[in-house]
Amino acid sequence: MLILIRAVIGRDLRLAMRRQADIVAAMFFFIIVVSLFPLGVGPEPDQLRKLAPGVLWVAALLATMLSLPRLFAEDHRDGTLEQLALAPQPLGLVVLGKVIAHWLVAGLPLVLLAPVLGIQFDLAGDALAVLTLSLLIGTPALSGIGAIGAALTLGVRGGGVLLSLLVLPLYIPVLIFGAGAVDATVSGLGPQAHLSLLGALALGGVFFAPWPTAAALRVALE
Amino acid sequence: MLEASNLECVRGERRLFADVSFRLEGGEMLYLQGMNGSGKTSLLRMLCGLTPAASGEIRWRSQPIGKLGETFRSELCYLGHHNAIKEELTPLENILSSARLAQESLDEEAALDALELVGLHGREDLACRYLSQGQKRRAALARLVHEKRALWILDEPYVALDRAAIQLIAGLVGAHLQRGGLAVLTTHQAVAVPAAAVRELWLGADDATQQRF
Amino acid sequence: MSNRVINWFRYASPQTFYPLAGRLIPWFWALAAIFGVAGLTIGFLVAPTDAQQGEGYRIIFLHVPASWMSMFIYLVMAFWAAMGLAFNTRLSGMMASALAPTGALFAFLSLWTGALWGKPMWGTWWVWDARLTSELILLFLYIGFIALQAAIDDPRRADKAGAILALVGVVNIPIIYFSVKWWNTLHQGASVSLTKAPSMAALMLWGMLLCALACWMYSIAIALMRVRTIMLERERHTDWVRALLAEKE
Repeated sequence: MLILIRAVIGRDLRLAMRRQADIVAAMFFFIIVVSLFPLGVGPEPDQLRKLAPGVLWVAALLATMLSLPRLFAEDHRDGTLEQLALAPQPLGLVVLGKVIAHWLVAGLPLVLLAPVLGIQFDLAGDALAVLTLSLLIGTPALSGIGAIGAALTLGVRGGGVLLSLLVLPLYIPVLIFGAGAVDATVSGLGPQAHLSLLGALALGGVFFAPWPTAAALRVALE
Repeated sequence: MLEASNLECVRGERRLFADVSFRLEGGEMLYLQGMNGSGKTSLLRMLCGLTPAASGEIRWRSQPIGKLGETFRSELCYLGHHNAIKEELTPLENILSSARLAQESLDEEAALDALELVGLHGREDLACRYLSQGQKRRAALARLVHEKRALWILDEPYVALDRAAIQLIAGLVGAHLQRGGLAVLTTHQAVAVPAAAVRELWLGADDATQQRF
Repeated sequence: MSNRVINWFRYASPQTFYPLAGRLIPWFWALAAIFGVAGLTIGFLVAPTDAQQGEGYRIIFLHVPASWMSMFIYLVMAFWAAMGLAFNTRLSGMMASALAPTGALFAFLSLWTGALWGKPMWGTWWVWDARLTSELILLFLYIGFIALQAAIDDPRRADKAGAILALVGVVNIPIIYFSVKWWNTLHQGASVSLTKAPSMAALMLWGMLLCALACWMYSIAIALMRVRTIMLERERHTDWVRALLAEKE
């Protein structure tokens, strides 16, 4: 089982490495969206500090959305998905591997960029640390939940827009607890409660979402 | 071993075929023929369990394939229209990673061996996007060289191949049948598979589907 | 026992369900009208003016039933979706698609009437109250479901994909509701507290219940009408629809 998941992750990472432009584009999208906000709302540090967690989280949501359509589309187009669906193992495990690979390629870079962008918003040290931590815990949930939407819209007209329509409402709890953790730190409440709820969402997203995703993929292959 | 009874296929609003029945034993090959759009690919995908049949049943070793699930899939090798070849990977990486994803043990030597046999010697380390259509098809078919699973389902395996490659693939299928395997394939090219008990099934454009022996 | 199961599945076939639904629809319309007239009469003519909220409170006779229905219909939709996936019956998917627009309509009505109520009561059309926000998200979920089904051409595939989405949604709704509530309590300062008057006059309650019943009957009637249309559309090539149409001509 672990061998299979490792094989899927290894393959997807290798493919991503040969197509680095995609990763870099999503990262720059994240940077640009975040950098636009001060231009829109003005440079007052107080206001920016208040906006930072929400802005970074919403931008992370959008950046994740950007890479989701490709999660299965390539494999669908070139016939690999059929082979995976016919392999003698649960398709859910393959999906789990792909979700982990997606997070490594699309989620982790956002986490690494967050502290730098947080400084642009004049966040203090502890808030910066919690923001990064919240992204680290929360982004896997985005990959997991997003996979369901990616599978449902596979090969469907207007897939990209439809995907955001389906997935963004489901992202709301992650957004609330992720951005809330930073708010709670700033207001002195402590982020533990938020972070543990975020952790629960991430576990649920990564380990339960692959099964409806696999079901949706089988429907798409019919 | 493989048994289909009264299969019906409906695509959108059109009924492609109905009442398709056949039985295939070890060492036998089913040659599926019909015009474009007669439902050959749909039938193959049904036999794999990818598409559910509108009605009818498919049995493998006397058990419905839906019930067998992974047990059935572990005995199945399907090669579809698409090559399942990643453009970014080399033929060698492709063949190794697809074997790993199908949970088959295939060492590098055997993989190189297979690639040489299908005539990709010297191109093992070239990204597949630089290969021609026929070479990509060869890379996909290289799987068959070491394929030991009992049921091969091949959708137009000869497309884009030159005559030598076609003979080679026909030879591989023949050897597979001699080992007691089963094969179902569609093709528009009449290619004699050596030493095979061949059955033919015509999917008509009308509902009159006939089986010939 | 097995006898009853078979009977149930008999009605799961569109061919038998179509005439049955046709016979039921007028009854549900009639009940909807009766309950609606009774509820609105009590609500607007009989029930007393609220001491704190004046006449404006009367919008709850539409607002509360609409909110109830919007949530309940999602559950029913998810139930049909689950049935469709489990038993692979054609009717289940049709029921789910027939219910979705009605659910979305009620979610929208609930938001609309909520805003109408908010303006005189709070002085603003919209507050980021937990209930309002959840209702908005519910509307998004409905729209996602309808959009997904509309984007897929093959009805069987649309049914299955929609069913998976509805089930994922129904698992998520409690999580979303809880997270929004949590978020709301943290940001309480900005919003107005939405505690209802502790005791509601019995007459108001009656009015609201009757209106809720009217909405129920309306939903059933309209869903049955829609499911009949879907049946005709999807099965237009089958013998029973052809026979039916020939009869009409």
